[in-house]
Amino acid sequence: MMDSTLLISYVTFIFGLSALSYAIGGIFKSKTAEMIATAAMIIATAGNLSAFILRWMETYWEGYGHFPLASLYESLIFFSLTIGIIYLFVEFRYKIRIIGFFAALSAFLALAYASLPSVGSQIQPLMPALKSNWLIIHVMTYFFGYAALTLAFSVSLLFLLKSSGENPESGFRGRIPELKTLDELTYQLVMFGFLFITLGIITGAVWAEQAWGRYWGWDPKETWSLITWFIYATLLHARLMRGWEGKRLAWISILGFAAVLFTYFGVNLLPGLHSYI
Amino acid sequence: MNDTIKSTGLTDRIWNFFASVKLSVILLLTLALTSIIGTLIPQNDQPVQYLQKYGEFWHRIFDTLHFYDMYGSWWFQLLLAMLIVNIVVCSIDRLGATWKIIFPKKPVYRAERFRKSDWRQSMIAGQSPEKLKKTLTGYMERHFRHSRVESTENGYLIYGETGRWTRLGAYVVHVSILLLIIGVLISSLFGYEGRMNLPVGDTDNTMILRHSDARVQLGFSLRCDDFSVQHYPSGRPKEYRSEIVIIENGEEVSKRSLIVNHPIRYKGFNIFQSTYGRIPGNTFTLVFTDNASGLQIPKKASIGEEISLPGGKGKITVEDYSNNFNFRGHNLGPTYLSMLIPESGNPRPVIIPVEHPNFDRMRQGEFTINIENVDYRYFTGLQISRDPGIPIVYTSFVIMIIGFFVTFYMAHRQICIEAVRNHEEETTIIVSGISPNRRPGVNMAVKRVAGKIERTIQQQKNT
Repeated sequence: MMDSTLLISYVTFIFGLSALSYAIGGIFKSKTAEMIATAAMIIATAGNLSAFILRWMETYWEGYGHFPLASLYESLIFFSLTIGIIYLFVEFRYKIRIIGFFAALSAFLALAYASLPSVGSQIQPLMPALKSNWLIIHVMTYFFGYAALTLAFSVSLLFLLKSSGENPESGFRGRIPELKTLDELTYQLVMFGFLFITLGIITGAVWAEQAWGRYWGWDPKETWSLITWFIYATLLHARLMRGWEGKRLAWISILGFAAVLFTYFGVNLLPGLHSYI
Repeated sequence: MNDTIKSTGLTDRIWNFFASVKLSVILLLTLALTSIIGTLIPQNDQPVQYLQKYGEFWHRIFDTLHFYDMYGSWWFQLLLAMLIVNIVVCSIDRLGATWKIIFPKKPVYRAERFRKSDWRQSMIAGQSPEKLKKTLTGYMERHFRHSRVESTENGYLIYGETGRWTRLGAYVVHVSILLLIIGVLISSLFGYEGRMNLPVGDTDNTMILRHSDARVQLGFSLRCDDFSVQHYPSGRPKEYRSEIVIIENGEEVSKRSLIVNHPIRYKGFNIFQSTYGRIPGNTFTLVFTDNASGLQIPKKASIGEEISLPGGKGKITVEDYSNNFNFRGHNLGPTYLSMLIPESGNPRPVIIPVEHPNFDRMRQGEFTINIENVDYRYFTGLQISRDPGIPIVYTSFVIMIIGFFVTFYMAHRQICIEAVRNHEEETTIIVSGISPNRRPGVNMAVKRVAGKIERTIQQQKNT
């Protein structure tokens, strides 16, 4: 019988296939490969969504019944889903395929990480502190933010690739969109991501007040989310200053993404209240 | 206002220092960087623990730099204060200019800015510019403010713009941040937090403050009718639930179930389910074991009651109880503390841990004393807080979200349609756009306008 974990392993494979096809399409200028890549991306994202819904149903079959955003495994599944959704939106709206490789690769890596035995895919019932509707909105807003910032990071990498060295229009680099398009796309994605991590911090604060009686407590996860917020706030302000376009902004976006990664994965190594995710 | 500032050199320099976005960028990055420290070094631990962890040398350095309470340290607060001043000064400094832009007497359009714009769409229409003029101006007037037509050598330009007011979005965000800071200040100045351990069946009206151990009267009483813990089959905790009755002026005002994530809010106090534990009931059995004969003599007792030792060898009073008694670094668990008054000699304290009945042997007295038949009661550990800053903080959240939305998703954009006569019945139409405050999305807006114009012209042709 199909269960969500099995479905996720298929989805992981399809995201990997999609990443490969995006790379082939980009390097060898193959329309067929690009078509396959987009199709695989759509199938993987749809499969990911189905697995998420299936997992939700499974929590009920187990007799607990909760929205599946309560463990690292579940958050990784949702993370890859948000990457798929936001990427497909960008591809269809901006007709830019080039970051597809990074999007599919990030989703693939998130799911590959989720499949590690140390992450643990078994359904655990909710502990009392997690029993709140704020859990759903808090985690959802955060991961939409994270996904957008992941894509912004990939666009920034492309920006640096394109702007380094001479002859930006030759070879593979010639197929990367113009710098002004990349710059604008980074900015759009960062704005979206920034808005959503702000929403994530705010909903987290309201929830923390309900659960623990304080809206802010300098817990390491809270502090790291604020560090991330400061970095992206810097990016948005730096863009207002002359001479801070292009490369420097790309570097801030990369720095911001490093902070996102640490907030998501690294903070678990530090003591604090967010030890369960 | 600017004039008075310019009259003195120093104030002028200070003002300019704080009016720069460069300072904002530096402050934001410095705050991000320094905030890391407090996540790596545990905050507000005991000095002994720090000394053990970091050694004398680093401990002294960290202590001097306030790394153990860094978010409350003067230098971190100074950075925050500078950011606030920066925000206020920047906003005031630019508001005048922004205001003039938002409410212009006559908006200025420069054709060359549009001609140089990266975002352009052109199309060819099979009509003369004159014939198209009514359609194009009509469209622009309907969709844009400050629409204006200018003639050129062989055609004309039509300008229009939207969203001048959205420039206020950034100010809205900055106001919300100031409001947030005010809320946080009110929280830390007037808010307080404490606990109340309420045994099942008892009524209490005082909380003990967290940092000072001072007692605060709530102005009403709480009674705990029941406390329960539910577990999942795996043994994980599922729910902590207290049945709480609020009593005011001797009357039961409200009866509520208190669980985690669903605090009780009453008269400005927030009451949270925080912890629970056991306390002993009133009665228990003191067991005296004669160390010579091994004979056991039980005696019923209660806290505060004086009990005679067997054979008239003295008296003992159990005075206190601790849930987790710490004896030379070992947690003995539930423990009674008593005072033994021997027949002759000085009174001496006797520690009686319930779970270690042989503990008292160490004393090498005539009897080994332990306690049995303890009748435990649950208590619910309530966390109680009062935080007048919360409404202000939450209001700032709402304003911040609105501000971000306006700043990010609404833009001040200017669109220009240029009509150039190719020959008698053909016109090139170029749609271009700029965002005077460099917001993204112009590309999309230009495409949208071009698409609509193309369709409108097509429709007119068909009819």
